[in-house]
Amino acid sequence: MDALVALDDVSLTYGGAADGTLALDGTSLRIGGGEFVAVVGPSGCGKSSLMKLVTGLVRPQKGAVTVAGREVTGPVKIAGMAFQNPSLLPWRTTRDNILLPLEIVQPHRSRFRAHRAEYIAKVEALLATVGLAGCGDRFPWQLSGGMQQRASLCRALIHEPELLMLDEPFAALDAFTREDLWCVLRDLWEARRFTVILVTHDLHEAVFLADTIHVMSARPGRIVATRQVDFPRPRDLSICYEPAFVERVQELRQYIAGVRLA
Amino acid sequence: MTRDTLQERLAPWICTIALLLFWEGACRGFAIDPFILPPPSAVAGAFVKYWSPLLKNAWVTLWTTLVGFAIAVGFGLLLGIVIGWSRVIYNGLYPMMVGFNAVPKVAVVPILIIWFGIGEVPAIITAFLIFFFPIVVNVATGIATIEPELEDVLRALGARKMDIMVKVGIPRSLPYFFASLKVAITLAFVGAVVSETVGANVGIGNLMLQAGANFQLPLVFAGLVTLAVMGIVMYALFARLEVRLAGWAFRSGMNASR
Repeated sequence: MDALVALDDVSLTYGGAADGTLALDGTSLRIGGGEFVAVVGPSGCGKSSLMKLVTGLVRPQKGAVTVAGREVTGPVKIAGMAFQNPSLLPWRTTRDNILLPLEIVQPHRSRFRAHRAEYIAKVEALLATVGLAGCGDRFPWQLSGGMQQRASLCRALIHEPELLMLDEPFAALDAFTREDLWCVLRDLWEARRFTVILVTHDLHEAVFLADTIHVMSARPGRIVATRQVDFPRPRDLSICYEPAFVERVQELRQYIAGVRLA
Repeated sequence: MTRDTLQERLAPWICTIALLLFWEGACRGFAIDPFILPPPSAVAGAFVKYWSPLLKNAWVTLWTTLVGFAIAVGFGLLLGIVIGWSRVIYNGLYPMMVGFNAVPKVAVVPILIIWFGIGEVPAIITAFLIFFFPIVVNVATGIATIEPELEDVLRALGARKMDIMVKVGIPRSLPYFFASLKVAITLAFVGAVVSETVGANVGIGNLMLQAGANFQLPLVFAGLVTLAVMGIVMYALFARLEVRLAGWAFRSGMNASR
């Protein structure tokens, strides 16, 4: 499989090379096109730094980040991002919030005015696939937390990015809503097969959704283990209660307990 | 907003009328000399008798204040955006802005009169100064406190700083902006009146000064009431405009004002 994202021996220090915090140290990682990857690890292990590196928001002091065959030197523009906080703009309707990336990223930016109706239709279609049909006119504060996170996913996907970066997107939701959103993400991925990098603390989430799970060590972060998850797809929520699934989660748990102590 | 009940609508009028009745009653009951405290009826009489000079001078006070306001909005937004633009500029200039804001603008009036002479110019500049700093400080704050995640989302798409300002920063700072306006408008009349009192030959401040010198206390009070009414009207206008332009802030969690 050809790598869409590759990190080669990447080190990243915040706040000056000499006395700053070392966030990542000699991290290497390869992610194939269309792969669903989860990155798990103890808190503060530099998972968010990984996201910033891949999207080109920061550049490493050492090593190289390559996305889609080119070394990352600036914003990559083929990525969509969503975070724990949906961060929708309260003065825009849900629809206009989702249109926001199209007002910014090329080539949509220059054809936005002329093709507005077409883009709105696209938003409506996307809203329907995440179960928010007819909610486009509502403002974010009129949506529940789970609905806001669905809208945030739509905003990350509206420009049809090849790469979806998710930084603990479901961490603030209640357990039932979280499971609903796992399924939403699963179905979106099954339908479109973009590449996903999901940063999470939730091992069930990682095992349920991902093809590959990378375990990171505590700061400075590096990948200490990689596990393939080969449960057949499409996966149903019920597999979360099967012994093989629980075993997988348990194994990862021990790994993380180990790196937290180290 | 929700529809007010009749009682809620009438409440401010009833309170105002009650105050006036109490004032009138106290003046009559204690037989207070109208040269010390004129009763509302005498003030009303002054309004009837001197409506023309009152109107003329109120107009001067109003337009000088509004011109100062307009200039302050223009420059204040501009400087607020510049300051909010980068962390470094924000950290460098913000304390200075707070310092300027803490200076009583009224104390600057004599300096302005030395610089610009007697007339409307010092009044305009006083009003400008009173509006300017709160606008700058609040707009800069609104812009500087954009959620970093949102900035990441947009920057990863290739957004320029200007895009982030236009799409996020400026709309986001509107509630802060209106919060500052509502405070500033009432102070602005103070500034305009002081500068008219010290160094002008027109305006409500000047009218009150002359009326005081002639012991026309009812007319002085009529001037005060005129100022109060102008303040309330301007405040209400800004509040209306705020609901129009930044009404979202009342319902979403980001409630900077009110």
